[in-house]
Amino acid sequence: MKSLRVKKSKTNNFTFPKCLTGMQGLDEITTGGIPKNRPTLLLGNTGCGKTIMAMEFLVKGIELYDEPAVFMAFEETTEELLLNVKSINYNMEALLANKKIYIEHIHVNPDEFRKTGLYDLEGLFVRLDQAIKKVKAKRLVLDSLDTLFYGLDYRVLRSEFKRLLTWLKEKKVTAIITSEIGDTFLTRHGLEEYVADCVIALDNRVTNQITTRRLRIIKYRGSFHGNNEYPFTIDENGISVYPIISQAFEQESSSKRILSGVSELDEMLDKKGFYAGSSILISGTAGTGKTSLAASFAYSVCQAKKTCLFCAFEEAPNQIIRNMQSIGFHLDPMVESEMLTFYYSRPTLQNLELHFLAIKKIINDINPTVVILDPITNLMTEGPNSDIRSMLTRFADYLKTQNITVMFTAAITVGSIERNPSDEGISSMVDTWIMVQDIEVDAERTRSLCVMKSRGMVHSNEVRGFKISSKGISLFPIIIGKSSTSSLSKRSAKEHLNLSTSKDSNKMKETSR
Amino acid sequence: MINKISKKKKIKADPECAGEEKYILRLFITGILPNSARAVKNINSICDQYLNGRYELEIIDIYQQPSLAVQEEIIAVPVLIKKFPLPEERMIGDLSNTEEVLKGLCLV
Repeated sequence: MKSLRVKKSKTNNFTFPKCLTGMQGLDEITTGGIPKNRPTLLLGNTGCGKTIMAMEFLVKGIELYDEPAVFMAFEETTEELLLNVKSINYNMEALLANKKIYIEHIHVNPDEFRKTGLYDLEGLFVRLDQAIKKVKAKRLVLDSLDTLFYGLDYRVLRSEFKRLLTWLKEKKVTAIITSEIGDTFLTRHGLEEYVADCVIALDNRVTNQITTRRLRIIKYRGSFHGNNEYPFTIDENGISVYPIISQAFEQESSSKRILSGVSELDEMLDKKGFYAGSSILISGTAGTGKTSLAASFAYSVCQAKKTCLFCAFEEAPNQIIRNMQSIGFHLDPMVESEMLTFYYSRPTLQNLELHFLAIKKIINDINPTVVILDPITNLMTEGPNSDIRSMLTRFADYLKTQNITVMFTAAITVGSIERNPSDEGISSMVDTWIMVQDIEVDAERTRSLCVMKSRGMVHSNEVRGFKISSKGISLFPIIIGKSSTSSLSKRSAKEHLNLSTSKDSNKMKETSR
Repeated sequence: MINKISKKKKIKADPECAGEEKYILRLFITGILPNSARAVKNINSICDQYLNGRYELEIIDIYQQPSLAVQEEIIAVPVLIKKFPLPEERMIGDLSNTEEVLKGLCLV
């Protein structure tokens, strides 16, 4: 396939000198990193991840760009700091031994001093200078400003802070200065005009009892930047920021196809099935066979000797296996041969980002061809819908870059089909949208299926009847009107009986819920 | 600055506090920056006046010996450290506030 270059508008060729942070996502938001050889201010309350983010900036700088670094800790001692970042896979011992990073704890306690006249913080500058020379540092972190300036006279603070920023620029180091109360504090002291060229704020917010970390760039002199708040996570691999805009758009789109597992459905989809690497949504009211369709897809994928990850948010894996057994999909051997992997979790167990991360981790481990999320509507109980949508968008983007086909199922409530806002939001995002619903055909309820949309292919607009039997799923044409008696008569009496009993049992199920 | 001090009323040294112990003082400065220069003049005059003959003053320029700045946890300069008699006491600033300095030196 020819690789298409997406044209980007360019008005001039000037690029602001930037320093790549090496943090996934952050470099995208800042279009190339933080200002080179200048200080950046990192603001945020306690427990936002300032220290970790600052450390990540240094460690990535060493690992990816071979830029030695200095970490000046005012709050924690070197030992404490090393212990705190131990949970993250930084090889600090080696970095320290190779003189790639130098950590110095600066003890600050103004209560121990007696003030006898004018002073400045020249001692700090001398120590910074020494530290920078020690490892020939290109990157520097001061953690945190609050501790350093605590108890200092306002006049000293003002002049010394200004001097510090100028000094850092002269030293040609890219610096991150963390501050807890930075925003209000600096504004209160009228310092914002001297403040760094780039200010990033971190935030740890609790919505509906679920915490999400967020990052926002408040200002960036001389550069464009993303204005939104972006969620980020901290795990053993460090920090990941998730911008919605990602490389997915530059990804080559596959023209390969993947079978849906229902031959009649494949027929409706240009006779070839879904596009590999596309996203598919199956929506429908309760009991219309969404999970069965998903399982049928998983079954056919595994039969083709490809791996599939089934993320169940409603039923336990064993229950799904048992239920699918009854309609002819024997998933057990596939689980045993590791073709099929289940991820099962209660949506409220952890926050969205952590679900996303856990799934991502399994994906990295087993490298599946197909990922199924059943149902995403269960995640809706968790956090506002816009969160879900952005999470799913990011997730779908990520899967696209990996060329993984993803199938979501969504339960919608009767009477609000097409009007369910959450569903609508997701349906505009996916490539193929299949709706299953109960319709009335000649005074009889029938399961039906139609392809609402399917990007990039000629698909059928027909509403087809949809039958689940012990032999799996099959589709049949629905004929309404006079000839319907003949179509009905085509069905064997036994089949008819089966259908009505299964309906009854479905109803039973629903009422028992 | 020295004139200013001599003009001031002499502060009486507290005999109980000011024993016969020898003082060990360290003054950390940064070259000839104004604050540092003043601090040197001030400490010399205070020592002459109140610790005649029973002090040992070491003036350290951290520009020349930066490693000592790390060792002694220096941030604000100038800073006078009273090493002995114990407890150790730190006084930051140009030492122009004689009364504060004497308090720090336990001479008042």
